Amino acid sequence: MTEYVVRFLVGGIVVSAFSMLGGMLRPKSFAGLFGAAPSVALATLGIAVYTHGAGYAARQTWAMTAGAVALAVYGGVVCHLLMRARLRVASATLLAVVVWLVVAFGLLAVAGGLT
Amino acid sequence: MSPISLSPSSLKEGRLYEYLIRFVLGGAATVFTGLVSSRCGASIGGLFLALPAIFCASATLIEKHEIRRKREAGLDGRRRGEEAAALESAGAVLGAFGMVAFAVTFSLTVEGSVPTAFIAASLAWAAVSIAGWCLRRKLRTVRRLRGFRRRRPAEIAGPGEDRSALT
Repeated sequence: MTEYVVRFLVGGIVVSAFSMLGGMLRPKSFAGLFGAAPSVALATLGIAVYTHGAGYAARQTWAMTAGAVALAVYGGVVCHLLMRARLRVASATLLAVVVWLVVAFGLLAVAGGLT
Repeated sequence: MSPISLSPSSLKEGRLYEYLIRFVLGGAATVFTGLVSSRCGASIGGLFLALPAIFCASATLIEKHEIRRKREAGLDGRRRGEEAAALESAGAVLGAFGMVAFAVTFSLTVEGSVPTAFIAASLAWAAVSIAGWCLRRKLRTVRRLRGFRRRRPAEIAGPGEDRSALT
């Protein structure tokens, strides 16, 4: 239980810090880089190294590569849904999560990470 | 190319509940990743280190900011909000490439030295993201200049004039 409380606090602080930094930066396209900052990864990997060791964290980041490629596809899909399909932001960002899941799990399956 | 600037005063535009949402969402995403890792293993848990949950919340808040700003000026602001969120998502694509660099660097260096892995991976994220952003800006400027040069002869030549002489 304590581990999850620590996870919650560390994750909240790191994500808030990155998002505040992104909010202060101009132009907006540059600030957008912080929308894909590895904030959750920084919080999680620190705890993973402490509790499970470096090998476990290395395995997690190897799989994270597939998630990050899927995130790039996700960003492109959200951009097109907003500019061409003219969907509302909440609908576009939630709908594109399906694309993220398909691409991320697809890449992991191709790389043999699901076995 | 417009310069990168830091504007601390823009933090005042945000409301307390918006910062709370980000804090809770960040904490929840980290707890969720931990739960997935412990139930399904390191590989599937690792995928969720790049989950766009935070992006969903921040894009929605950006839209709200723009709509609020435009409504204060008596305008609708909905389209403006969607465009601002689209710009943010275009930036997130470049940030995601930086995240790939983060993950690769971390996985290659963590078994050697943990502090080095964190520093090297963070630097790799920043370097790839910023380089991508600069390259994109440069390409857009070049494209805009080319378009301007192509249009200019036609704009300068009046009706009935020989435009081919200007191209």
